[in-house]
Amino acid sequence: MAYRILEKEEIAPSVHRMVIDAPDVAKAAKAGQFIILRIDERGERVPLTIADFEKETGTVTVIFQEMGKTTKQLAKLSAGDALEDFVGPLGTPADVRKLGTVILVGGGVGVAPVYPQAKAYKEAGNKVLTIIGSRNKDLLILEDEMRKASSELYIATDDGSKGHHGFVTDIMKQILDSDEKVARVVIIGPPIMMKVGAGVASPYDVEILVSLNSIMVDGTGMCGGCRVTVDGKTKFTCVDGPEFDARQVNFVELMNRLAMYRGEEAKAVEKYEEECRCGLN
Amino acid sequence: MSEKTGDKKKSRTPMPEQPPAVRAGNFDEVALGYSKEDAIAEASRCLNCKDPNCVEGCPVNVDIPGFIKLICEEDFEGAIEKIKATNALPAICGRVCPQESQCEALCVLGKKGEPVAIGRLERFCADSEREKGVSAPDPDIPEPTGRKVAVVGSGPAGLTAAADLAKLGHKVTIFESLHKTGGVLSYGIPEFRLPKEIVKQEVEYIKQLGVEIKPNYIIGRIKTLDELCEEFDAVFLGTGAGLPRFMGIEGENLNGVYSANEFLTRVNLMKAYDPNYDTVVRYGKHVVVVGGGNVAMDSARSALRLGAEEVSVVYRRGEEEMPARREEIEHAKEEGVILRLLANPTRILGDDKFNVTGIECIKMELGEPDATGRRSPVPVEGSEFIIDAEAVIIAIGTSPNPIIFKGSEGLDQSRRGTVVAEEETGTTSKCGVYAGGDVVTGAATVISAMGAGKKAAKAIDEYLKEK
Repeated sequence: MAYRILEKEEIAPSVHRMVIDAPDVAKAAKAGQFIILRIDERGERVPLTIADFEKETGTVTVIFQEMGKTTKQLAKLSAGDALEDFVGPLGTPADVRKLGTVILVGGGVGVAPVYPQAKAYKEAGNKVLTIIGSRNKDLLILEDEMRKASSELYIATDDGSKGHHGFVTDIMKQILDSDEKVARVVIIGPPIMMKVGAGVASPYDVEILVSLNSIMVDGTGMCGGCRVTVDGKTKFTCVDGPEFDARQVNFVELMNRLAMYRGEEAKAVEKYEEECRCGLN
Repeated sequence: MSEKTGDKKKSRTPMPEQPPAVRAGNFDEVALGYSKEDAIAEASRCLNCKDPNCVEGCPVNVDIPGFIKLICEEDFEGAIEKIKATNALPAICGRVCPQESQCEALCVLGKKGEPVAIGRLERFCADSEREKGVSAPDPDIPEPTGRKVAVVGSGPAGLTAAADLAKLGHKVTIFESLHKTGGVLSYGIPEFRLPKEIVKQEVEYIKQLGVEIKPNYIIGRIKTLDELCEEFDAVFLGTGAGLPRFMGIEGENLNGVYSANEFLTRVNLMKAYDPNYDTVVRYGKHVVVVGGGNVAMDSARSALRLGAEEVSVVYRRGEEEMPARREEIEHAKEEGVILRLLANPTRILGDDKFNVTGIECIKMELGEPDATGRRSPVPVEGSEFIIDAEAVIIAIGTSPNPIIFKGSEGLDQSRRGTVVAEEETGTTSKCGVYAGGDVVTGAATVISAMGAGKKAAKAIDEYLKEK
């Protein structure tokens, strides 16, 4: 069983978009869900959020940033290559309904999972205000797609090279302070951004959701590696989430758990890059 | 295990094993298997009872005296054929069945001495077939019935049901959520007890019967059970008990605290012990395993093999009460696993980096027998003590995975989360849906799951005839 890569493109430095032939997953996929892939027999199972899916063509798009050994290895593959495993859709779909006005906030590669949500919220009849951001304009992804999928698009960069000079959360606060009656805020991105964003939005009378990216093995509730404390109770990101009420999430624990294998990851990257230099890969 | 030499009739032929000091450092199989001579010597102990009790103790009714007699006659091919007539997974059962509480427990020889080593003989037959590379002649598969059956889960229950249904001429498709088949046989039971090559070969046999296997296919996500019911004439659920339980104590989400499921999956399925694989697993110097069953023993012995210096098992009752097989406890002790009995974890301790540093336990004493007849443990006030640990593995049980219920209706669940099904047929509340194994009973044994798969296959066949 193999899953063919149909398209592969570097959309920003070290950020790649990959379209995979996976009709079973595409047919069942909904906004907010994720997949787990494995490059080859010796590879890890890596969870990635679904960035787009086409039921007709049977394709699923993922967007990833080169971080650890597996994503670096994944970046070296091209159209025509195949993945050993590609399983999904995993996780509970996002609770998309007609609510009125919804703010969607995406940071870094976290913009990718916001895209299917923007489409879904708009289709459900919402006014979708999307805010996307990155460190600088080169790292900003999916600007055109987001513009089409949203009612209004706002951009922020840390260095001011595009849009608002500052954070996505600054724009979010401005909208929340305005006359716009916002029903819900969805924030997806690095955990620290979600934590800060949740903090900024908390005082307002608005529902705040975040989508978590915990470490996991199977994605079906079997390993429990993706444990996260929500409202004082242990939940599994893979089946109870990945979307949770931001006010209830223990972000400190989440960030600590995400750092669990950082040492091992660094070593694996070092070893892999050494092997690449020696022409072993 | 007491295996005195002496009276041939009273004691069984010993099983050759890797010495404890050697095997604690590798993932190779512990028990090496009988030689031809060992097997014949052991088989000749069988009294060939006219009315054999042993068969009744076997959940899949293997003709035990029949295959043992063929071993005596050195007809090993005939022997494996006889076993495979009712048991599709003999190499696995010969290794992981609790024979001491099933077939062997009812052996007449056991009254005055040791029972015939039925499990070891079964394993011998399966292994010699595999080593020769000849498989038992293809069973006569009847004309296709044109009926389609979906089997959800490729563990022991699913594989058995699939094999039996295929032998009856039905078209079977197995849906497996993981990338590999075998369920708990692949992700749970370690290589040193059940080499994965054996699981692979037994799965090959099932495929030869015409069964199609779809890995990476999650029922409840890709398709709902309702959709399966529309597409297939009948459905068998053998989804096991894959959801880990935690204790709910302080510090349980610290880094280095694993469910046994996660730890064993990383080690077995994802081969964390093999440096050629990308899988990581944390163990450090001191590992503490919580629980007293086979899964706890498997976790402890795996941690030792990975290189942990000190591995302890914390269990709240005494050694006698441990639910693990005697043999597994003995093997673990021989290899150096420390049993810390009559102790119960109260909290897990960590450092400022969120890493586990130890586990606090309280001493227990045994009180009055509870509903199960086991004496229930009571904490001794003020007796807390700390064990150093860089990894803690929680092996206190599992429940069925509720994902199967997503988006479908009419399948009754018990309060424990198990699927409600008739014991003799696997019939559930949903028409055309049958279930068996751990998803019905909660975590139990490989062979009882196989027995349930067999019964359900028979019931499904009858249902399809009437439909």
